[in-house]
Amino acid sequence: MSKVLLKIDGIAVEAREGMTILEAAQSAGITIPNLCHHEKLEPYGACRICTVEVEVNGWTRFAVSCVYPVEQNLLVRTRSAKVDRIRKMILQLLLSHAPDSEQLLALAKEYGADRDRFEQEISFCIHCGLCVRYCAEVKQKNVVGFINRGTKREISFVPELAVTECWRCKECFPLCPTSALQAAYVLIESLKQGNDSPAFLSLK
Amino acid sequence: MPRIKSPEQLEKVRQEVLSRRDPGKPCISICAGTGCLAFGAAEVIAAFKAELEEQGLEAEVDTKGTGCPGFCERGPLLVIYPEEICYLQVKPEDVPEIVSQTIKEKKVIERLLYVEPATAKTALRESDIPFYKHQERLIICDNIRIDSKSIDDYLAIGGYTALAQVLFQMTPEQVLEEIKKANLRGRGGGGFPAGRKWEGSRNAPDPIKYVVVNADEGDPGAFMDRALLEGNPHSILEGLIIGAYTIGSHEGYIYVRQEYPLAVENINLAIRQAEAYGFLGENILGSGFDFSVKVHQGAGAFVCGESTALMTALEGRAGEPRPKYIRSNIKGLWEKPTVLNNVETWANVPLIINKGADWFRQFGTEGSKGTKVFSLVGKIVNTGLVEIAMGMTLRDIIYKIGGGIPGEKKFKAVQTGGPSGGCLPEGLLDLQVGFDELSKAGSMMGSGGMIVLDEDTCMVDVARYFLDFLTDESCGKCVPCREGVRQMLKILTNITQGKGKEDDIALLEELAEVAKAAALCALGQTAPNPFLSTLQYFREEYEAHIKEKRCPALSCKELIVFYIDPEKCNACMTCLKKCPAEAISGGKNKIHVIDQEKCTKCRTCFEVCPPRFRAVKIVSGEPVPPPIPEEARTIARGSKKNE
Repeated sequence: MSKVLLKIDGIAVEAREGMTILEAAQSAGITIPNLCHHEKLEPYGACRICTVEVEVNGWTRFAVSCVYPVEQNLLVRTRSAKVDRIRKMILQLLLSHAPDSEQLLALAKEYGADRDRFEQEISFCIHCGLCVRYCAEVKQKNVVGFINRGTKREISFVPELAVTECWRCKECFPLCPTSALQAAYVLIESLKQGNDSPAFLSLK
Repeated sequence: MPRIKSPEQLEKVRQEVLSRRDPGKPCISICAGTGCLAFGAAEVIAAFKAELEEQGLEAEVDTKGTGCPGFCERGPLLVIYPEEICYLQVKPEDVPEIVSQTIKEKKVIERLLYVEPATAKTALRESDIPFYKHQERLIICDNIRIDSKSIDDYLAIGGYTALAQVLFQMTPEQVLEEIKKANLRGRGGGGFPAGRKWEGSRNAPDPIKYVVVNADEGDPGAFMDRALLEGNPHSILEGLIIGAYTIGSHEGYIYVRQEYPLAVENINLAIRQAEAYGFLGENILGSGFDFSVKVHQGAGAFVCGESTALMTALEGRAGEPRPKYIRSNIKGLWEKPTVLNNVETWANVPLIINKGADWFRQFGTEGSKGTKVFSLVGKIVNTGLVEIAMGMTLRDIIYKIGGGIPGEKKFKAVQTGGPSGGCLPEGLLDLQVGFDELSKAGSMMGSGGMIVLDEDTCMVDVARYFLDFLTDESCGKCVPCREGVRQMLKILTNITQGKGKEDDIALLEELAEVAKAAALCALGQTAPNPFLSTLQYFREEYEAHIKEKRCPALSCKELIVFYIDPEKCNACMTCLKKCPAEAISGGKNKIHVIDQEKCTKCRTCFEVCPPRFRAVKIVSGEPVPPPIPEEARTIARGSKKNE
């Protein structure tokens, strides 16, 4: 693999070809916040909080660092007034669903996000997809998945599979930034007896 | 039909088709597009068949169900050849008269012709009708000329000539140069130069490449691609095969939404015919080039019109955009170089090959060459499909072709580009239509939706409508779109309901900035456009809603009150009888009064009040006058002039 030289926040960073900006930054000890990234999983680019400014040939654009591949002589700014505004807004939007998530609150403090900017509609899940992708990509079990689309999108366990697979695994629980996942599983466990076959058990 | 094995044989087949046809033989071409079918075109076609049989004329007169020529407002419509007489709003009852008068006696039936409203003059041919006269119909002109289910009809008008020319007289490089020289830009939304897209795929080292037709037309009010797929499916296939040859692809897909059953039927039929004739499959026309194509039906997701979501769906997964920064012409469908173009883009390709890039470049502006098909809808006299040379002004499209605004209403704005586009005000009516011109004004070309809005339209409500659509159609993957656009919708809904707050505009702008810069795909990035463009040009409407709780267009239900002016009410009982909520009291010779508690604001009273009285008023932002006292409600007849 050939080496790629780029500059992140003015610091010269040597990365390997095929690395993402986020990986290159992490290798150089530069922090970029992220919520849907996991080193064992394919880049997903859903939370958009790792958005940074990249400059190629004098053109500046916004890119999510967990997906954007490093390029020779790329200039990256991990913070700017607009980047901070984007992150602050994303946090505010997510806090309306999960106002007590410690991970979100810590970031909110850093970016000055107001926990109550939007009306609270508590549903916990922030759709980072870590559980869904971990179960599919690492465990290759596909027990938990997304159902529905858009604002109605939810995570859901497949009860028949959850019964046999989850109790001895539970590796996805600590990945969840809002504990929504654990709640969903506890719910499915409690409903297991007495309820014949809810084909898909909704989280809410 | 044995497969055609050479260009010479193709010409022979074409000559055979033509020799079986008599250009002087009467032919009744009836639009069998979705719009005219909804008006009863199928019954008209059946009536012609029956009538001709009864009169013993079935061998002497042809009838044809064709594609949509565009004047949907006046369907079902037909053209009688060779005289090219154009009849509008034809009913099955008119058929015997048409056969006996026009076909047999060669007499024109005046009442079925187009009548120019201003001059009361009739127009005999399509080309005499102002709606058509000001268009430049390079793409949709063939729709009425051919039976959309007949490959022989397509061959008769020179179909597949371009393909034969490309396969036997041009190298892929030469085709590419021609398309680049024509500066054909993508008709689906972005306006990316097709030549550059093709070149990227052609130069990509992977030997497996794909070509895709994006026929997932989902913009509200848009039906350009439907009309082309239904009416002239072979022109799209021919363009696609030429594209495949150019980039070196042997497999193509047509992604068409399942809500277009007739388009699906016609394109599938066209593929089977093209396979039988040797335009698809192995060794096409004996050239050694192989190419096959499959139709994939979309399952009803607007986001699948986005190219990477479409490809994900084609691969058999949930249609979500990919978070990649590599163009799909390099890594697309199944990670292979993929050229995806819109229906209309592909339909332009045979035209450019047949007539040359120089010919094509004479139409349009510096940056936007050729023509563009628009679906002209909304508050417009002539609803329909229009094809114009780029560079025509919005004013000419709306007034010369569209015939202006109905009901003596005032023009307010034109919405272009679908949900990702924007609203342009009266001050921009002289804007020339082109990719860059529309983007610069805060809207976009998009795939060609054009919705005309009149003075009764609330611009805040328009923005709310489109954001509601987009919230519903968001795939839900990324936060700026799923959550941000949803919050924008909530705020806009509040504003239209009189619950707007002082800092709402600023918050909407913040949310818009984040969606534009950080959303995953074009749907989310452009979702704020309906809001941003209406704010740019109609800010005062936002402020009236928020600060004065007033809807200037008198449209937002929560902000208006209906009131009967006692000075003007003639106690005619019309509104009283029609009110579905029984909210109007009064009687004969007794002035009517609306009970505001019962009123559901359905507008019925406003619409039925006779124009000579115009007694029902809509009030917004001000208190409704108190009802006049009981004793003052009786009208003393005799003193009123209107009686």
